[in-house]
Amino acid sequence: MSIMLQIEGLRAAVEGREILRGIDLTVPKGEVHAIMGPNGSGKSTLAYVLAGREGYEVTAGRVTFEGQDLLAMEPEQRAAAGVFLAFQYPVELPGVGNANFLRTALNAQRRARGEPELDAMQFLKEARARMKLLGMPEEMLKRGVNVGFSGGEKKRNEVLQMALLSPRLAILDETDSGLDIDALKIVADGVNALRGPEFSALVITHYQRLLNHIVPDRVHVLVGGRIIRSGGPELALELEQRGYGQVAA
Amino acid sequence: MPAVTETIETVQSVTEGGYKWGFTTDIETEFAPKGLNEDIIRFISRKKEEPEWLLEWRLKAFAIWQKMEEPRWAAVRYPPINYQDAYYYAAPKTKAKPKSLDEVDPELLRTYEKLGIPLREQAILAGVEGAGEVPAEGRAPVAVDAVFDSVSVATTFKERLEKEGIIFCSISEAVQKHPELVRQYLGSVVPQGDNFFAALNSAVFTDGSFVYIPKGVRCPMELSTYFRINAKSTGQFERTLIIADAGSYVSYLEGCTAPMRDEHQLHAAVVELIALEDATIKYSTVQNWYPGDAEGRGGIYNFVTKRGLCRGARSKISWTQVETGSAITWKYPSCILQGDESVGEFYSVAITNNRQQADTGTKMFHIGRNTRSTIVSKGISAGRGQNTYRGLVRISPKAHGARNFTQCDSLLIGNECGAHTVPYIENRCLTAKVEHEATTSRIAEDQLFYCRQRGLSEEEAVGLIVNGFCREVLKELPMEFAVEAQKLLAISLEGSVG
Amino acid sequence: MNAIAPIDNARGFLRAAEAMPVPAWAEGLRAAGRAALAARGLPNRRVEAFKYTDLAPLAQMTFTRPEGGRAAPALGAPRGRARLLFVDGVLRGDLSTLPVRPLSEVAAVLGELTDPMNQPLAALNAAFAEAGMVLEVPAGEDAGLVELLSIVTDEAGPIAFHPRHVIRLGAGARLTLLESAEGPDHLAYLHNPVFEIALAEGAVLTHVRLQREGRAAFFLSSVHAAIGARATYDNFTLQAGARLARNEIHAALQGPQGACHMNGAQLLGEGQHADTTTSLHHAAPECTSRQTYKTVLRGRARGVFQGKILVSREAQRTDGYQMNQALLLSEEAEMDSKPQLEIYADDVKCSHGATIGALDPDQLFYLRARGIPQEQARAMLVEAFLAEALEGLADPLCRAVLEEALQQWWRQPA
Repeated sequence: MSIMLQIEGLRAAVEGREILRGIDLTVPKGEVHAIMGPNGSGKSTLAYVLAGREGYEVTAGRVTFEGQDLLAMEPEQRAAAGVFLAFQYPVELPGVGNANFLRTALNAQRRARGEPELDAMQFLKEARARMKLLGMPEEMLKRGVNVGFSGGEKKRNEVLQMALLSPRLAILDETDSGLDIDALKIVADGVNALRGPEFSALVITHYQRLLNHIVPDRVHVLVGGRIIRSGGPELALELEQRGYGQVAA
Repeated sequence: MPAVTETIETVQSVTEGGYKWGFTTDIETEFAPKGLNEDIIRFISRKKEEPEWLLEWRLKAFAIWQKMEEPRWAAVRYPPINYQDAYYYAAPKTKAKPKSLDEVDPELLRTYEKLGIPLREQAILAGVEGAGEVPAEGRAPVAVDAVFDSVSVATTFKERLEKEGIIFCSISEAVQKHPELVRQYLGSVVPQGDNFFAALNSAVFTDGSFVYIPKGVRCPMELSTYFRINAKSTGQFERTLIIADAGSYVSYLEGCTAPMRDEHQLHAAVVELIALEDATIKYSTVQNWYPGDAEGRGGIYNFVTKRGLCRGARSKISWTQVETGSAITWKYPSCILQGDESVGEFYSVAITNNRQQADTGTKMFHIGRNTRSTIVSKGISAGRGQNTYRGLVRISPKAHGARNFTQCDSLLIGNECGAHTVPYIENRCLTAKVEHEATTSRIAEDQLFYCRQRGLSEEEAVGLIVNGFCREVLKELPMEFAVEAQKLLAISLEGSVG
Repeated sequence: MNAIAPIDNARGFLRAAEAMPVPAWAEGLRAAGRAALAARGLPNRRVEAFKYTDLAPLAQMTFTRPEGGRAAPALGAPRGRARLLFVDGVLRGDLSTLPVRPLSEVAAVLGELTDPMNQPLAALNAAFAEAGMVLEVPAGEDAGLVELLSIVTDEAGPIAFHPRHVIRLGAGARLTLLESAEGPDHLAYLHNPVFEIALAEGAVLTHVRLQREGRAAFFLSSVHAAIGARATYDNFTLQAGARLARNEIHAALQGPQGACHMNGAQLLGEGQHADTTTSLHHAAPECTSRQTYKTVLRGRARGVFQGKILVSREAQRTDGYQMNQALLLSEEAEMDSKPQLEIYADDVKCSHGATIGALDPDQLFYLRARGIPQEQARAMLVEAFLAEALEGLADPLCRAVLEEALQQWWRQPA
């Protein structure tokens, strides 16, 4: 069993305040792990640190992604290597067309991996097919990235990007928050479609309900910047019933 | 020294409909002769028993003023002012310095009554011992430093404030009792030569309020002062100095009305605020001085310099103003955001009706890191009024992370008025962000019709819609003022529709 | 309100102007220009309208009158129906494909739209008025696209040239003018064109300008447009060149239901200062105006935008909108912005907005997290920022030219 992501003793601070206080986590290839925790436990910080966001200072520890030193890479290098972050709050990019953005991103990654770039026609064919599966109207390609999108549309757009970019490791940062049941299923279907021996996912969530649709191999409980418990999918149910306070104690 | 002219002026009450506070009071006044020169300044200083340094300070201001030119850049028009044809010192005649409120001229108390000051301080002003200590009708206590013409005649709530170590008195008293504080801070935010009117004020200011809030003290009541101009041809040159020491909080209210006059009257006040580390000063103004009649006769010239210095980190200065009065308003309450993470705010409603002119706005100087400022200005023009927002946002190169947001909205009522917006935005810092928005519109016919269909008169409807337009600003006012301000908006727009 | 204090610094210019031969048609114009220069000089920062752009340093410069006539730069085929060419400040009939008409033919209307006493750029131009383009399109005709080029070559000395262009469109006439100005980076020359534009009822003028003067050049320019009833003036200006540039547009909507669109981009790098100053007068009812200006600053660059919308009492049901935004890409850049509304009519909808800031780090991170390299991500965001200013431009050729110019600017070092 080879390893997709290995986190060892990771500590990270934001504006001088330590948020992650020593995280150890191993995600083997082909597995989906859920990270659950109360608000402020460091879930989003972990996602940002893995994606390489500025302002998140790693003070100790190491992270390897398929054997490479992830923390030494620029955000775009991580993306090209196959790390995809589905944002909790996807940013709006007025003036940047969605289609242009998607194609630029896809080709930048392909270029970085030494693969041939897709021309406009090839890309559109790909994009249209994926959009159909996600139930997204085609006009969303013409609009500015996430501009004027509803909460659900933004999340769907994240899943579309994930489908098009076919990452090796998907990190879903509370992608389920604010979604109705239909949208939730679309997100879950998007992840499940990618599942396979060369794909792993970190599903970060506050609630158990997304995990009904994306059944994780492992569940980790993050409290106060540390993983305090790990277990099988049944741990999520236990959390739902007993709350974080009980489990933490 | 020139001879002191003692005059007893009996001014007849001239009351017309339209301005309900158009009256004068009959009080003995002690005048210095008309005109402005070094001797007059020496007279004022001696009369107020000031120390030598303050006289020197005044004389220096006078020397600077003489070399300055009256500013002409504002979008206001008025005939030339003859500065030699005005009195620079007028004090209500009292037996001596009032030692207690019993000694206050009963005429003065009646004046406050007529003004409809919405405070129960009438009783306190009348000298009833301890009357102010228990808030009545659930209203928060308000301490008043009443200014009648140029001399502060009564100060209340002294004991309660003294317990907290708060100093709230007239600036003349502060000069006597706390000279070290006055000397340290006077002119530190608005220097003598800052501008023409500030220089004039520095030379001849006669009174005003002084506030010092000690470290860590939250002032337990709103501090308040009411100004009136009452003696014929007497310019008022108030000087207010408020210092909030580290970690303290104070909310200060300033309100004024003035009696009806034919002659234009000059008012050139200076207000200086200093907020040290973690201190907050909230300064609210309702300005309702005589605006002149429908043809533009009479009315106050209100040329005011107000500026606050956020000297310490995380300090905050918030200006809120409702300007409905005066023939001409020229004022730009400003904030110098020197301390890191300091905050400046300016919330303004300015109404010009009939022939009124207002050129008002603010200046926000971002110097410290992560400083923030918010500007919300609502201008309403009616009749033949001219209303200008003029503002400056300047971000210096070191003000990393600075933020400004400005919203200026103008409302026009009628087709003979003007609404103008002149913002200056200067950004020299990569990591700063400045946003400015301005709109101009009128009250929509369908809004008016909707209100009238529900039974409101056209004037009521306009009042309602205008109050809605100003809501963002009015909600910043302390409760006592908010109610008064809403009434004032409606009164100020009387006769503007139909 | 805008009282201009007397400044006595234009003596050099005055001497040069007086030394020129004066054709009879230019006498009045030249005299008015000289009088204004003598009385007001070149404005410094104490003059409110020049608060952010000081022209006094120009007074220290010594410029020569263009002789020109020898250089024949290689040019591609005209992009439009006709081309008019200035080389080294001289109008070259031999290289133009449009018959050159002398200014004397329009002498009666010269200076009609300018006020030299209060417009220093127009005053300077008037004092040296010599040559220019005259374009008159008769009523009902569509003149298509005309190119106006100014090229300064390496052979030109420190010349100063002040062309005066007159464009008059009859009722319902149409014209697209694609204007371009360029020169070598090492030459300190002055190009100061003035446009006098009169649009009769229902006329439509699209005016696209590319200012890519050399980096040592001075570019002063003022457009004066009188827009008739139901007529449309559409101006797009790209400013990327010159060491000091001031682009003034004075437009007046004089008939009902006219429209004026003024859009532009200022792309500035190390040591450049560019100023766009617009003054739009709504003088008639039911007119529409739209302005979108974008400035991008790299290195020690300084951008200025001043824009005034004046709505007269009779201009009821005016719809006016103005937006100016600046993007700072370096620590040393500075942007000064002064939008202005002056409104005397009540039934109007007028607004303006201004923002100044850096690239949004959240946006940048989002792009990078999708695998787009930092530089490409920055370019995408800058392009998106500028896109809004180009939105209103329908002409595909003009659009392509501008987009190419934007990309070229981005590729060159700051």
